[in-house]
Amino acid sequence: MVKGLLFIAVCGLLFVTGCVSRSETLYVQLGGQAKIDEVVKNFVREIEFNNEILPFFADTNIDRFTEKFAQQLCVFADGPCDYTGDSMEQVHGGMHITEAQFNLTVDLFITAMDKANVPHRLQNQLISRMTFTRKQMLYK
Amino acid sequence: MRCIKLVGIILLFVSSMAVAGDGKLIGTAGLNTIEGSGGGGIVPWATLSGYDTRDQISASAFITQVSLPDYRLNVIGANISLFDRAEFSVARQVFGLTSLGGEITQSIYGAKVRLYGDVIYSDWPQISIGLQYKDLEDTAVAQLLGSDDTKGTDFYVAATKVHLGVVAGYNLVWNVSGRLTKANQLGLLGFGGATNDDYELMLEASAGVLFSRHFAAGMEYRQKPDNLGVGEDDWIDVFITYIPSKRVNFTMAWADLGSIAGVPAQKGLYLSVGGQLW
Ligand code: HEM
Repeated sequence: MVKGLLFIAVCGLLFVTGCVSRSETLYVQLGGQAKIDEVVKNFVREIEFNNEILPFFADTNIDRFTEKFAQQLCVFADGPCDYTGDSMEQVHGGMHITEAQFNLTVDLFITAMDKANVPHRLQNQLISRMTFTRKQMLYK
Repeated sequence: MRCIKLVGIILLFVSSMAVAGDGKLIGTAGLNTIEGSGGGGIVPWATLSGYDTRDQISASAFITQVSLPDYRLNVIGANISLFDRAEFSVARQVFGLTSLGGEITQSIYGAKVRLYGDVIYSDWPQISIGLQYKDLEDTAVAQLLGSDDTKGTDFYVAATKVHLGVVAGYNLVWNVSGRLTKANQLGLLGFGGATNDDYELMLEASAGVLFSRHFAAGMEYRQKPDNLGVGEDDWIDVFITYIPSKRVNFTMAWADLGSIAGVPAQKGLYLSVGGQLW
């Protein structure tokens, strides 16, 4: 009984911590467009060196991908951008991306952020805004 | 011996398959509980114990020791996880009565099925149901204390969710499980007893924060029945886990297991090493 209450108290504490929010946008906290561009550049590099993911990009115009992906990250981070690319369904449809390939791509993206020195806590927040795209592309 | 053979068969079976499971994100396979099922340490979670995705399979093994003032629990176990859908586990517990002398051995066979969701990506928590069939080999102490049975099955349902970036930017994981059980101290002291001989619903829960991709810390709570009328207490622990890679994890915890078989204040160190073999 006492142990149960103790557990609930700790959870309550976590919940309260979770409610403390910052007023700056994630975009500003990340370091603006310069940081996003650095992450995208690193991400393209990671894809280039990954034998499992690279084949997906065999016919891709990398300049376009770089531009559109950076725009999208900017939008996800509440930055001052518009996304002018195609919908996630249009882009990834027909690729039959598996769950493991999706997670591997997330891993590459995390490595790209690590190499751009994006703090762990900001990484999590950015990823949390990207996860909804998964159901738009998995096994499609 | 039976347990070792089973582990051998599982490993053979698994190594003959082609797709090794490493497709989940690091940390999201969780750990192995002292009853063998994938989870936290003392609470089974909805997560399956390997890094397999729906196209993959995996096998893991673990050893755990809990050192208490008057007892010592040693557990060795293994499990396979198939297509992120089903998990089968075996665990062998040796409960040393370090003050009294002697030991109690129990085998636990577990199965778990994921019914819904993905711990990270689905809107609602991942939900699994499972069972643990427990077969007590050294029955003398259980009988002495008046327990009704030396075999028993626990049934549980678990809900687990990771929330990305919600605790000051850190990822939060929580789990709630409901367990129907007759087991006294996991079953080491038998099943049912003079005070109660029916299944009871017990609540169990875990909460943790992932401080990096490789470190997590948290707390677990496990409600317990008192079928024998010897004042069996709820359990609680605080843990830190180090996950250097998808291959291996290390957990250190401080566990307060309360009164065990009438001996009060059993608190001590919980150490566990788990690894994915395939
Ligand atoms: C969080 C997950 C993902 C997001 C947010 C995302 C976003 C994007 C964006 C914005 C584009 C550019 C769209 C355009 O050109 O109009 C794109 C293109 C592309 N993505 Fe993704 N993507 C994700 C995951 C993946 C995964 C897992 C794969 C493959 C394993 C993949 C493969 C591709 C390929 C090959 C292209 C280029 C398509 C082309 O050549 O036209 N993406 N993605």
